[in-house]
Amino acid sequence: MIPKKEEWLKALKERHGIELQKKISSTTVAVCGLGGLGSNIATALSRAGIGKLILIDFDRVDITNLHRQQYKVNQIGMNKTEALRENLKEINPYIETEVHTVCIDEDNAGKVLSQADIICEAFDDAECKAMLTGCVLEKMPDKYLVAASGMAGLGSPNEIQTRKITSRFYLCGDEKSDVKDDIGLVSSRVMLCAAHQAHTVLRIIANKFEV
Amino acid sequence: MVAPFFIADSEVKKVVKINGETVNAVGKTIAEYLTEAGYDIKRIAVEKNGDIVPKSRYEETCLCDGDSIEIVSFVGGG
Repeated sequence: MIPKKEEWLKALKERHGIELQKKISSTTVAVCGLGGLGSNIATALSRAGIGKLILIDFDRVDITNLHRQQYKVNQIGMNKTEALRENLKEINPYIETEVHTVCIDEDNAGKVLSQADIICEAFDDAECKAMLTGCVLEKMPDKYLVAASGMAGLGSPNEIQTRKITSRFYLCGDEKSDVKDDIGLVSSRVMLCAAHQAHTVLRIIANKFEV
Repeated sequence: MVAPFFIADSEVKKVVKINGETVNAVGKTIAEYLTEAGYDIKRIAVEKNGDIVPKSRYEETCLCDGDSIEIVSFVGGG
């Protein structure tokens, strides 16, 4: 049986404390790219009771995604935005979501991200990562950006870290393991990096700005 | 007669900190430095003294004595 909204919120407040949960519940986070990073970030934030998620991806679920992304076999072929929303609602039926099945570029980023307090860069492509970083930091000075670089392969999990680059820009990953090298992306290491990003989001919400 | 500060000026090495390393790059523009160091401009973000430097200003932004620069290089995967 699905718990009532009041029961759900009560459980979260008991876990996080009333004041922190109020902040988490009133924050909007945009997740740009819903692959190994984005689908895991969104899952962690949904469980934490984030107020609203803006989910952005142009792609569909493919069989080659299932080894590391939070989708299911019966969702192959669906838009990632719709499939992830479905999965997040099963975890947290009261989460508010806004989906954009688009490819973010410099022209539409401002509009798509306008409601976000914190933006997670979770793309696969290095040039897209740099483009979004530039866009957010140059044109959206009131928002925080939590980006990722370097999480492929079977390297040590302890090399994944979070660095604060500017007062509004955090970078997670080992900053070197390229997907083109070695064996590509491995679920557990991508999840580690996604967990760094989701955790950084929660720390920003809790006013813990240092890493 | 040479003013004392000129003497001091020539003796003190002017340097920039780039990604934590001391680099002799004072007077170069960011664009010049990035090209010489072999960076792919499409895959990086540059922060100078705590602020992001827009790509459109790489060519006009000079590196000054004492500047602290962070060049973030993105690699693929996500």
